[in-house]
Amino acid sequence: MYERGWRRYGVIALFLGPSVIGLTAFTLLPILSSLGLSFTDWDLLRPPAFVGLSNYRHLLGDPEFWRTLRNTVTFLVGYVPLVLTTGLLVAVLLNASIPFRQVFRAMYFVPVVTSWVAVALVWKWLFNPVYGLINSAIGTLGITGPAWLFDPNWAMVAVILTSVWKDTGFVMVIMLAGLQGIPREYYEAASIDGASRPQGLFHITIPLLAPTLIFCLSISLIGAFQVFDQVYVMTEGGPAGATMVLVERVVANAFSYSRMGYASAMSWVLFLLIFVVTVFFYRIRRWQP
Amino acid sequence: MAAVSLPVGIPQGQSVSAVKPAARPAAARRVPWRTIVLTVVALAGGLLMITPFVWALATSLKPRGALLALPPQLVPAEPTLGAYVEVIRRFPFLRVFGNSALVAVATTLGQLVICSMAGYAFARFRFWGRDALFTLYLATLMVPFAVVITPLFIIVTRLGWADTYAGLIVPGMFSAFGTFFMRQFFLSIPKELEEAATIDGAGTLGTFVRIVLPITGPALATLAVLSFMGSWNSFLWPLLIINDRDLMTLPLALSTLQGMYPGQTQWNIVMAGTVMATVPTILVFLLVQRWVIEGVAGSGVKG
Repeated sequence: MYERGWRRYGVIALFLGPSVIGLTAFTLLPILSSLGLSFTDWDLLRPPAFVGLSNYRHLLGDPEFWRTLRNTVTFLVGYVPLVLTTGLLVAVLLNASIPFRQVFRAMYFVPVVTSWVAVALVWKWLFNPVYGLINSAIGTLGITGPAWLFDPNWAMVAVILTSVWKDTGFVMVIMLAGLQGIPREYYEAASIDGASRPQGLFHITIPLLAPTLIFCLSISLIGAFQVFDQVYVMTEGGPAGATMVLVERVVANAFSYSRMGYASAMSWVLFLLIFVVTVFFYRIRRWQP
Repeated sequence: MAAVSLPVGIPQGQSVSAVKPAARPAAARRVPWRTIVLTVVALAGGLLMITPFVWALATSLKPRGALLALPPQLVPAEPTLGAYVEVIRRFPFLRVFGNSALVAVATTLGQLVICSMAGYAFARFRFWGRDALFTLYLATLMVPFAVVITPLFIIVTRLGWADTYAGLIVPGMFSAFGTFFMRQFFLSIPKELEEAATIDGAGTLGTFVRIVLPITGPALATLAVLSFMGSWNSFLWPLLIINDRDLMTLPLALSTLQGMYPGQTQWNIVMAGTVMATVPTILVFLLVQRWVIEGVAGSGVKG
């Protein structure tokens, strides 16, 4: 920048001012308020009352919280490995020189641009135990499908499958970008040395794709901790609380039960989990040569 | 993976003519076979991916009675547009559409201006506290939306922005990610370009607008795609801040369709709404497909 004196500050304010003011008002201030609120009891009617760590203590002793945490982890353990596997497989498949590659990529990517609400509604209907397409397809094999979203044992499975379908294209695109960064000569050299294609996958593709895989793993983990839209539309946490997840409970506590302090404390537990994951992956990335 | 193995890297000492005839026919026999298998697998997977859309379309064209047909018809026996008429009759769908477009465009334009200017300041200006401020920006990226949402709701309500376009648009215009993303881009372009402009006596703003922005196209396009998609599909925030039917965005309006009818959800009507909301999104995506895919890939590579 070339201005001097007070004009210099004017230019800085012009470029940075809107961003700093906006992020302070709509991000930083809410973050600090939320931390403060987590130490209070507030029902929106009376003024917040300071209660120290009581909300956090309450959380640790609340079976519903532990159930919520367990459900979130169940989602994560099902969703993350599946979506990474399907995303990688589709990326490898569509990185090969086959006809209509662009058309196929579009087919796999369309769910990514579709809104979660639309997707969740369609899958809710697909999973209808009697009239849905899925159970009727399973029925042709002579098997009676489960009640899916109405069955506490299967509802989370349905949510996971829906999420994998929606996000496969996203992972695929990032993996494709990673794959295209691997020089072709490596495979040619390997095939001259007599390596088979699966060997190429395990000894060339996966090691060289490691940074991309780690990136996808970290963002899908962080995203999975925050699963909300699909759960809200498909099950609202049900049946019998089988799909209650962290963000869904934060929203319910804050906006249905007006337990602002409790909801804030729960959201900070979520932050802590995400923080640990982020720091972990940051270390891994730095550690790489 | 390399499907066609070209005879590159022939070992020294062998003559080219000795290798070529042996390699060519083998490749010619093998490649189509492999290509056919891969294409069939890709097609099968692709069809599986679009089946839910086909199912939604089929359902939306069915009369109410056909919903309960067993086995379910993937092609409606008596197609009808009744469900679409019902959606339009009961719901201000055009209005909802306009709301979504307005909110997404305004949010995106706001982000492009604010993030590119702030990103430029972080990349090029030197001032006291810059690095600390930037670290603070990065730190907010780690904080999940669930942490922010309760106080944000209270702040926006106190500003009198509940049930207003401002409440939908303004909080989304400021993005720490967008600022970070633009900064990385500006750091990658050489300073000499702007230094040449100073000699002509242009100010910082003039240089930014006339010299820097014209070459920022690809980064702005990526940010625009991500910002637009995020806003267009956003659900939780509108769900909390909007009650007025006339201000609803598409995802919010769609979510109310399933509970609109007493008793059982009328799936043909819900699916008609879903199709109406989804088809334009898909058409726009197909038009700007390259940008969208590059945008998403770019966010990953740089993230």
